[in-house]
This record gives sequence, C-alpha cells and structure tokens, in this order.
Amino acid sequence: MKTNVTAETDVKEDTDLDSSGMSGESRSQWALARRRFFHDRLAIFGLIIFSLIIIGSIAEIVLNPSGYQDLTGDYNQAPSWHHLFGTTTIGIDLFSACMKGVLQDLQIALIVSVMSVVLGTTVGALAGYYGGKLDTFLMRLVDLILVVPGLAILIVLSNQISGKGNASLYLAFLLGALSWTYIARLVRAEFLSLRERTFVEAARALGADNRRIIFRHLIPNCIGTITVNATLTIAGAILLESTLSFLGLGLVPPEVSLGMLVQQGEEAATTQWWQFAFPASILLLIILSVFFIGDGLQSALDPRKNRARS
Amino acid sequence: MSENILSIQDLNVDFQTEAGVVHAIRGVSFDLKPQEVIGIVGESGSGKSVTSLASIGLLARSATTTGTILIDNQSVTTMSEKELSNLRGTTVAMIFQDPMTSLNPVYTIGWQIVEALRAHQKISKKEARVEAQRLLELVGIPQAEKRLDNYPHEFSGGMRQRAVIAIAMANQPKVILADEPTTALDVTVQAQVLQTLRTALEISKAALVLITHDLGVIAGFADRILVMYAGRVVESGLVDEIFYRPAMPYTHGLLGSIPSIDSVSSVRLRQIPGSPPTMVGTHTGCPFAARCPLRKEICLTEEPELKLVAASTNSSIGSEHRSACHFADEVVEMPVASMFPDSSEDFSEESK
Repeated sequence: MKTNVTAETDVKEDTDLDSSGMSGESRSQWALARRRFFHDRLAIFGLIIFSLIIIGSIAEIVLNPSGYQDLTGDYNQAPSWHHLFGTTTIGIDLFSACMKGVLQDLQIALIVSVMSVVLGTTVGALAGYYGGKLDTFLMRLVDLILVVPGLAILIVLSNQISGKGNASLYLAFLLGALSWTYIARLVRAEFLSLRERTFVEAARALGADNRRIIFRHLIPNCIGTITVNATLTIAGAILLESTLSFLGLGLVPPEVSLGMLVQQGEEAATTQWWQFAFPASILLLIILSVFFIGDGLQSALDPRKNRARS
Repeated sequence: MSENILSIQDLNVDFQTEAGVVHAIRGVSFDLKPQEVIGIVGESGSGKSVTSLASIGLLARSATTTGTILIDNQSVTTMSEKELSNLRGTTVAMIFQDPMTSLNPVYTIGWQIVEALRAHQKISKKEARVEAQRLLELVGIPQAEKRLDNYPHEFSGGMRQRAVIAIAMANQPKVILADEPTTALDVTVQAQVLQTLRTALEISKAALVLITHDLGVIAGFADRILVMYAGRVVESGLVDEIFYRPAMPYTHGLLGSIPSIDSVSSVRLRQIPGSPPTMVGTHTGCPFAARCPLRKEICLTEEPELKLVAASTNSSIGSEHRSACHFADEVVEMPVASMFPDSSEDFSEESK
C-alpha cells in the first residue's frame, strides 16, 4: 500500500503542472479537484473496479432477484459459463450470492458512513469551535467510546440482534455508533487551527454569528477531511461486518454477506477453492478500491494543492 | 446624543496571562466625527490593534474591558452577541492586515461579497451578485464580472486587499476600522490600495480609523493622529501639528526614524534607544521615561496626563493638540528629533 501511495503522489505532481497552466480561466474548487482526481491512475482504477462490482451486483439482483437463495441442484460445481463463480455445497449459485452480499455490505457501509459523518462532524465542530468545557466533555465522550473494545460490544449485542427481522439495519446503526469518533477527532483538530485564522475573525467583523461561521465558513474548509474519512469509513465498516459475519456473529441466513460467504467457503477452501476464493477476492477488491478512491480524493481535495500560483 | 460616529471614553483593556495582568490599554479616549480619518500610530505592542478590536467587541475572552465605546450612539460594551453581529458589517466594518489570510480560501471572491451583502440585507442572490460586481469595479478590479468567480488564491496581494475593501464597503458602513491595511503589501501596491481606500471612503461617506506604524501612510491620509505608547495615547492633534510641532519626545523619536528621500545615505537614521516597557503589572512615572533623553526626576515618579499643549496654535474643539509629557510646552519648540543622539556620529567613531 505504502509504495503505491508514493508512486501516486509522483504522478499527481506531474499532472499538477499542466492543470495549473497560465490560462486566465477560473476553475472552481470542484473542477480542479475533479481534474486532479481523474489524473490519479490508482484512484481511477479503484473507481472502475468499484463501479463494475456495483453495476454487476445491481444487474444480478434485478435480473435474478432470488438467485442468491435458489437451490439449483448443481452441487459443488466448479466455475463455468453457466455458474460464473461455481456453486456451493447446497447448490446455490455463488455469483448471485456474492452480488447479493456486496449490496448488503454496501448498504450497511453507507449507513455507517453517513452516521459517522453527521455525528462526527457535529461533535468535532462543536468541540473544536467552542473549546473549553464543551470540548472537554465531548472529547472525553469520544475517548470513552474509543477505549471500549468495539468488537466485544459488537459480539455481545449482535447476539441480541441477529435473530431480528431487520438485523442488518440494527447492525449498521451499531457500527455507526462506534465509528464516528475518528471523524470527530479529525474535524475537531481542523477546527482548532481553522478557528484561529484571520478569515474567521474577518467574517465575525462582518457580522457573521457562530452558526454562520461554523456551517458556512469552517465546515466547507474541512470537506476534504470529511469526504476522505467517509470513504475510509465505508471500507472499515465492510471489514468489520465481514469480521463479525466470519465469526458467525453478524448476519445470519437467509441474509447474505460477503463475510458469511467467506466463512462458509473457508471450510471447503482446499477442495472447492472457488467457494472461498471468489467471495474473498470480491471483498478484497471492494476494500482496496475504496482505499484507492479515498487516497485519490485526499490528494485531489487538499486545498493547499490549489495554490499553484499565489 | 453626540454627533460623533465613534466615541471611546476611558477605555481600559486588561489581559489575564500567566505572567500576570497585562494592561494593554490604559485610559484611551477619542472621538471620530462622520467622514473623518483618524490615524493611530505607535510601535508594535502599543495597543493600536487592541483598541480597534475592542471597539467592535472582538477581543478574546481573556480580556476585561472597562470604559464606554459608542458606535453611532450605541454602546458596544453592553450589547448582546446578537446585537453585535447586527452592528458589525453594517455600521462598522473592519479591514485586516493580511489579505492572504482574511479571505476564506474555499470560496470565490464573489461568493464572499454576496455572503457579506446577504448577511445584512434581504436581497436575492442575483441582485447581490450584480451589487458585488459593482463593488469590485468600484475598487478598481478589471474584468469584475469574470473575477467574481475567482478564488482568493487566484488574486494578487493588492487585488485581495481591494476585494477586502469591497467586502468592507458592502453594507455602507459609517465607520471602517483598517488595521495596518497596507503593511503586508509591496510599496508600489500600497499606494494603489490606499488610493482605492480613499475612493471607497469618498463613495461610502464612511469615517476611517487607520492603524499603522507607517507615518508616511498617515501623513497623506489622515486628518488627525493619535500617537500611542504603552497602551496610552501620548499625543494627539491634527496631522500638520504632529508632523511639524510634535510635543512629546516619543513622537520626535518616531519622526526622526523615518528615512527621507533626500537624506544622504551615509547619515544613519536617528533611532529611539531601548524598547517599550512590558505591560505586565503596574508602573509609576512616564512609560517613556527610560528611553527619553529629556528625562527629569518628575518623569520617574509621576505619569503625565494627556493635556492641552499651551503653545499650540490650534484650539478647535475635538482636534486640539494634546500631549502626555511634563515638558510638552518646551518639547514643542524643539526641532524635530533634535533631542535624540545622532547615531551617525557614533557610527563614524566606531569605524575609526
């Protein structure tokens, strides 16, 4: 991973040179960021892989809505044109199951990510902006959540929820409640430095109140950090869900998740390799591509990169 | 009700620090009439910026402020945060020193002007944009319509400061506080920005408090000058009087340390020896005594009040020549900076 990152910055700096050209045309922050993002090969690679997986899973669910639980009668079939990823021991088409798992995982990850962004940004912004007692209180709360061993909590609570009807929703909220703390800390750190900047004082001298300063002046300055960490949270949530499912503690059948498929396939990994290899590769590809996208966004959104000439 | 647009009476500002209480401002009083330009000069740490920040209630929470500050006959010190927000930007606007940092880097210039307009006026985005373009044209930015969509990093320093002036003017304030508006700029750009500021004042009919340590800027711009030292006003009066008949040794020192274009390059500037006193705790005597070549016994024991200079020719109310020096009436008759040792002599002796 590390070497990839450095290679990528090199590429990016090259492209920065052309994008900063002397044309008088003004480009918006987003246009500049988009341009940089699309010059980042790894990010584009990640985006393509990620899109393909999503398109594939949606297409499969639309074309074959019950494929992930239909028993085909073909047991333990190796991959073929008929069964792209082969079949499982009980005769379920593995491609269908994988695609269903992808959607399930992404649904959970999206909820977790949105929750983390909303909660984390709010808490971090309030703590960083107002400081003092509010800061101490909120950050101790964050510390408290961070020191509680998340996996242990999840293991205890997932036993409670795994039987329920919409277990995946419960699981998502649970993961969200535990993973907003990183964004809160990062946003707080950014606010601590941003609130001392002159433009904040200037905004106040122009009559902006605290709410206006926080929402209209400061949060837009953190949008890079927030976006990047939202993507990383997606990867983290998928991993965590898979871990739980692998341990048999997350979702239970008839729901399907990638972690669950990996766990089921693992038993037969030596004889029916496809039952383990395909779900695991899909999981790996999703997480890697999300990381690449996150890295690309990070370099693209950093406002400091925009000051080609100042 | 007074006719003054800004009136500060007996302003005291203390900061609680780990080293003790810092008396940043001690008994500063002055009035600003509509459309008047007042210059505040003094070296770093003399309380210039604190005075301006205090007058719009922007000081840090560690500051304790006493005294009265009236802006347009409203008391700033007793206002709620909401009332202050309404006042700032409409009645009083502020221009900061460094235009590189006083604009929000993630928004376009146009957005920021529109934001300033819409914070206080109920106008549509379209109207605000038209107004923003007019403001940018007013401060002399070419191709204003295109430039509205530029980000601060696409502007040069001088253009940014012009944009800041445009933002300050947006809601037709009655007072503009400019805290060293040209210090961060090149000399050539300084002149342009000052010209812009002058145009802005003419159009908006605002009064200006111009804080600077550049006496050259003040000379061409202000009607009156306040000289600040160690948190006090030590001399005040019309520009000509301060420049030609200074009545406080410190002012003499400041004037003596300006390089002039016709001085021989081998002549070293007269400098004020020493540095300003620390503002922690209380002091007795004149704060300038330690650096003053005319120091007498009384200077070390008694702090002089800011009183009328008797020998002054001007006596119009509000702009009298005042000085905080025990010997003001003698000092005012001395040639500018003559009491400070001419350091060029020391220099030549050293080189022998």
